[in-house]
Amino acid sequence: MHSDPAAIQKSIRTYLMVGATLLVFTAITIGVNLIHLAVPLAITVALIIATMKGSMVAAIFMHLNHEKKWIYGALILTVVFFAVLILLPNLSVADSIGKPIGFASGSRAAHGEPAKR
Amino acid sequence: MEIPYTVEPRPDSGLANGKLGVWLFLASEVMLFGALFSTYILLRVGAIEWPHGELSVALGGINTVILIASSVTMVIAWAQLKMHNFSRGRLFLIITMVLATIFLVNKYFEYAEHFSKGEGPWHSTFFAIYFTLTGLHGLHIIGGIVVMAYLAGPGAGLWKRNPDQFTNRVEYTGLYWHFVDLVWIFLFPVLYLL
Amino acid sequence: MDTVTHTAHAGTHGDVEHHHEELGFWRKYVFSLDHKVIGIQYAITGLLFLLFGFTLMMVMRFQLAYPGHPIPFIGGLFGPANAPNGVLLPEFYNQLGAMHGTIMVFLGVVPLAVGGFGNFVMPLQIGAPDMAFPKLNMMSYWVYFCGGVTMLASFFQTGGAAQSGWTSYPPLADIAPGQTMWLVGMIFLITSSLLGSVNFIVTIVQLRAKGLSYMRLPFFVWAQLVTSFLLLLAFPPLEAAGVLQLMDRVAGTSFFLPSGLVVSGKPLTVAGGGNPLLWQHLFWFLAHPEVYVLILPAMGIISEIIANNTRKPLWGYKALVYAAVFLGFMSFIVWAHHMFMTGMGTTISAFFQTTTMIISIPSVIILTALLLSLWGASIRFTTPMLFALAFLPMFGIGGLTGLPLGLAPSDIHLHDTYYVIGHFHYVVAPGTIFALFGGVYYWYPKATGRMMSETLGRIHFWFSFVAINFIFMPMFIQGLGGMNRRMYDGGMQYAHNAGLLKWNIVIGIAAWTLGLAQIPFIINFFGSLKWGKLVDKNPWDATTLEWSAPSPPGHGNFLTEPIAYRGPYEYSVPGAASDFTPQFEPERA
Repeated sequence: MHSDPAAIQKSIRTYLMVGATLLVFTAITIGVNLIHLAVPLAITVALIIATMKGSMVAAIFMHLNHEKKWIYGALILTVVFFAVLILLPNLSVADSIGKPIGFASGSRAAHGEPAKR
Repeated sequence: MEIPYTVEPRPDSGLANGKLGVWLFLASEVMLFGALFSTYILLRVGAIEWPHGELSVALGGINTVILIASSVTMVIAWAQLKMHNFSRGRLFLIITMVLATIFLVNKYFEYAEHFSKGEGPWHSTFFAIYFTLTGLHGLHIIGGIVVMAYLAGPGAGLWKRNPDQFTNRVEYTGLYWHFVDLVWIFLFPVLYLL
Repeated sequence: MDTVTHTAHAGTHGDVEHHHEELGFWRKYVFSLDHKVIGIQYAITGLLFLLFGFTLMMVMRFQLAYPGHPIPFIGGLFGPANAPNGVLLPEFYNQLGAMHGTIMVFLGVVPLAVGGFGNFVMPLQIGAPDMAFPKLNMMSYWVYFCGGVTMLASFFQTGGAAQSGWTSYPPLADIAPGQTMWLVGMIFLITSSLLGSVNFIVTIVQLRAKGLSYMRLPFFVWAQLVTSFLLLLAFPPLEAAGVLQLMDRVAGTSFFLPSGLVVSGKPLTVAGGGNPLLWQHLFWFLAHPEVYVLILPAMGIISEIIANNTRKPLWGYKALVYAAVFLGFMSFIVWAHHMFMTGMGTTISAFFQTTTMIISIPSVIILTALLLSLWGASIRFTTPMLFALAFLPMFGIGGLTGLPLGLAPSDIHLHDTYYVIGHFHYVVAPGTIFALFGGVYYWYPKATGRMMSETLGRIHFWFSFVAINFIFMPMFIQGLGGMNRRMYDGGMQYAHNAGLLKWNIVIGIAAWTLGLAQIPFIINFFGSLKWGKLVDKNPWDATTLEWSAPSPPGHGNFLTEPIAYRGPYEYSVPGAASDFTPQFEPERA
């Protein structure tokens, strides 16, 4: 892939602009933290900002915005399994016999009552 | 006997071997750090109390800035090589290494401070996961520095024999490096701020 | 393998003149970059570890059949720390058990099935000169070798080898002896697998010969492709978990140690706050896809052998491919069916039961397609085909016995009993390992230029087949009767096992018979190198690309550029001159 120097010069400018944007977002992250939001909101905001930063790094620095199908396919698969790895163990530990969640949580057993005959 | 598509991309996939290889490796790294993030969530949700403000936001913030800067210099290094400016490309590669080393030095001071207060991994689950996550990340930084040192030093001979292959190697190292930056972008708020 | 072969390649960067100096002994046979040499290294090392892991079990089986009796012949070799007067101590029995599982899965089957067969056969079947990253390939083997040495060496440390099951559950694994070296060994093995899986995927995507589209690939290659994705994405969480357990043991952390844990009457002085279930989730996140890593290459091998020895195309090629891909995907979301007894709530339990039932569908599709491939076939009962035919019902039994384990209500009774051991051994032992034996007999002529003896092959097959069923079938009886696994005294201590103990003697005798039955195989394997019938490129009259290369292939594999003109299983094409039309044969004008 032999790109012409002018095009690459332009992309260097893009890289510098993205770098500056990332620094701004970092400042915002620290700034928001000083506001002391409620924990669930703080987590949401922090993760949203981090995801935006990460997407910029991936799309621009890692050239993901014009990559090939095999790469996209492998990464989508990875994201799905990453989500499974984050969600399912935590859901499994949250939903336990002593304190069930979901469709069994209203059952008599969940409230410590014997089954109806 | 030559292995095809080491430099020229294969027409139907549009990829050179190394590029697909590096991205697959990064996919496995996503799962590695993902397991540790899952661990963090599981342990924190199950904890009666979770420490807050134990880590130096200042040092963490400075390190974030340094790593982002090093990502910029890394991708510019590759861009320079694509424009056939070997000496500029090499210079930016070395600047990236320097920034990475400063990151590690900061980390050293951070760790030393905690150890001096008796806050090692054994101290609490928080410090256990903190040291594991940042320690593994730090090992990845060291790995990156080693590869960059090879490319800037003994490996640079490849530029004369096959400049395209050398440029590709820098690109792949860059992909790895940006991933290391990406992990830190999530590590910093999760560990230091939340 | 002295001949150097040259092929014309598309897309290289113009090196025309290729000068070959003769490589020295070390570069040629030890640190070779050639996928065929590396494949044979993996295969022989894997076979040796299979034999060693099986020997551990033969020792254990004596203790189970005759509890408290000294092990005959070799009992004195274990030393007084492990077996005073030749009688196994419970701790040593546990070491043998944990290491049997570890060695068979990670040092035996996977290296042979993926490292051995995958490395040797796959590049030949896709018409490639080698793997995409030969140096990485060589490193993968030696890292595996280091892992193997670490695991073997662990027997000799104070306290012995790992003894908390191959599953290494904390809190026991966090504090029991031998575990640290196991964890270090696992890190080597996982690294080897990760590097190998990257190599396999890139090779299959990038180095296919001209004309070899994805739907013209032999099913063996598809199986290896899916397997590599499983290894790539499922192993890292176990690597992370291994690091966490290592830190618990060495750095005093409490990732898996809950607060208030008391060991031998004394509370542990650790921070606490950890969760043993965290290990189970991370471990099984890998270990479930791992069992599909164990079976998929075997299905691939069986497919090749069946197509060749039925002289018919495989039935349902597309179904096989889609089933294999779907199986690979589903394997990532079923793992907690190993954890039904950990107190999980009914909602999440229902989720995992559902996904587990769904994943049986692609397995059945694959088995059915292979069975239907036999319909109307002209079956050649060669030794590879005997193993392939046996695989089908054996895998059927293994798969069906998995169903009550995948449903929580029945799993309550069967979990951690010998029923589980019977189930998974049926899939892996007369399942995968039979497929691997079949593969050895099938591809031996390609690797060596000689055939293995059919007579010795048949003896090996029949004795193994009968013995192996007498080992594992009684385990279902024992399990249904409530006999727990991992008991060093064979279950004697529980009254409910009294009627089941006699089966231990049956199983023991069958196990030693199975051991003896491997002797004809070993003789055949090495003897045929010297006395086997010499053959040329295609002794089986097969259709896939590897049979167009010399036997054995030289450096670079093919004498002329391999091109695929058709699908992989064009047997008995109507109007063709012979009963097979190879993939590499040009169209007639």
